[in-house]
Amino acid sequence: MSSFISLSVITSAMELGVIYSLVALALFLSFSILNIADLSTDGCFTLGCAVGVQVALLGHPVLALFASMAAGVCSGFVMSFLQTKLGVESILAGIIVNTGLYTINLAVMGFSSNVTLLRAETIFSMTKGIFGTTWYKLITASIVVVAACLLMIWFMGTRLGLSIRATGDNADMVRASSINPSFTITVGLCVSGALTALSGCLIGQYQKTCDINLGTGMVTIALASLIIGETLIGKKTMVRRVFGVIFGSCLYRFLVALALKMNIPAECLKLVSAVIVAIAIASPMIRKKIAFQKKKRAALSARKRG
Amino acid sequence: MLKITNIKKTFHPGTVNEKLALNDVSLTVEDGDFATIIGSNGAGKSTLFNSIAGSFFVDEGSIELDGRDITYVPEYLRAVQIGRLFQDPMKGTAPHMTIEENLALAYLRVAKGRGNIFSRISQKQKNIFRERLAQLDMGLEDRMNQPVGLLSGGQRQALTLQMATLFPPKILLLDEHTAALDPATADKVLELTKRIVRENHLSCLMITHNMHSALELGNRTLMMDAGKIVLDIAGEERKGLTVDGLLEKFNAGAGKELDNDRILFSK
Repeated sequence: MSSFISLSVITSAMELGVIYSLVALALFLSFSILNIADLSTDGCFTLGCAVGVQVALLGHPVLALFASMAAGVCSGFVMSFLQTKLGVESILAGIIVNTGLYTINLAVMGFSSNVTLLRAETIFSMTKGIFGTTWYKLITASIVVVAACLLMIWFMGTRLGLSIRATGDNADMVRASSINPSFTITVGLCVSGALTALSGCLIGQYQKTCDINLGTGMVTIALASLIIGETLIGKKTMVRRVFGVIFGSCLYRFLVALALKMNIPAECLKLVSAVIVAIAIASPMIRKKIAFQKKKRAALSARKRG
Repeated sequence: MLKITNIKKTFHPGTVNEKLALNDVSLTVEDGDFATIIGSNGAGKSTLFNSIAGSFFVDEGSIELDGRDITYVPEYLRAVQIGRLFQDPMKGTAPHMTIEENLALAYLRVAKGRGNIFSRISQKQKNIFRERLAQLDMGLEDRMNQPVGLLSGGQRQALTLQMATLFPPKILLLDEHTAALDPATADKVLELTKRIVRENHLSCLMITHNMHSALELGNRTLMMDAGKIVLDIAGEERKGLTVDGLLEKFNAGAGKELDNDRILFSK
């Protein structure tokens, strides 16, 4: 068993889980809170990675975090502008932005489909001396992610945060209560874009490379993490919801690591994730159906006996 | 003071569904006025409210609130000064947010320091909420951390009323806000409405289909038909009026019989 799941498998799954959880946190804001399916996530993730890698290549790995977040804000802004000011349906707006981002991402990467960070310093190599050689990646990523989570929890309790939550919860109420839904949607999508891009930036520095297709399927994976978290940890309080997202993301990475260990070829990974997502999303409904069938059978057999 | 001057609104202009919903309506609501509004189906009652609240802009005419021209002010900016309740109790609150968070939202949107979007709710304000909830006498003050979605329609409507009047608005618009509630709850919410309006000296417009409430509540009754205000009675004339007398007056004013089943059944 110990050779089946080694420590290095666990740590790398944790590392990836923590880093990718930022995308899930972004979707938590756009999908769970604002009720908008943001399909620009894939492109935005790659954008964050591309910007992050390029800035890190210039020798500023910390600045790269902020630069990629700024890029993510821009992406989120375009998305919300299309939606709130120009009346483009949210799903279409996401597809449009995603398509446009492909070219922009190529441009950021100097019109090559791959950029590597081989000898440049990253935030992980910077902290290697501080946190020791086994855990430094996990600790560094965790610091960033926990900070983002705490900020998110704090933000959700402010007037703006409450307004954003109300926007997704009851549009009628918002319109009649001096909240400008265009504004709250814009802020929400900008924050969500920043988180997605930050995650991309961390992945870029973690893997020391950026590929133009890096973000493909990111929406599905993040959605899986989000829903696993919400199903298992619950939606009761904001703290539980936010940390549930991280838990979901880590658990998802474990499942993928397990799948890989069971000799499922890497090319099948997207299919595996799609299946995991489908099961996670469908599980509440499946549970309900099973409970109903049990009840029905019990009632019918009781009638037969009686 | 709310001053509406010659407003007109046509829906679906230029199509077969064209409907003149407000036809040259003028209305002045003085400070402290509590006017009830009744009228036939499609008379333009809700359209009148929607124009005042800014759900759409009117085609012609002007709307002034406290001397400020708000004809082209967007809905969310008007809402700072206008409190509004709908017939559907689900419309006024956010179901997945707690009672406290809903109140906080209502509080922070008008409280001073509105400029600070990062302001949070303090313990002192929580105590104010608790006090206001206790006034409802529904036990909500002990359920402040529960999501509003768990409340009944009447509880939600009472909460919405408290939210809309947490800071007294310049005018309160009630669009049949008790119509979807069971009779006992409706009475309770109506009592509450009366008390809150009286205590805060609110100006208030209330659409109702109950002829008795229309005459009993407030100090003024308006009747609407085909996008016009056909009857506006107050003072002595209103005091002696019975439901049948009101119907007669309506028939004389509109030149036809009232055709709102719900009003007639509630006679």
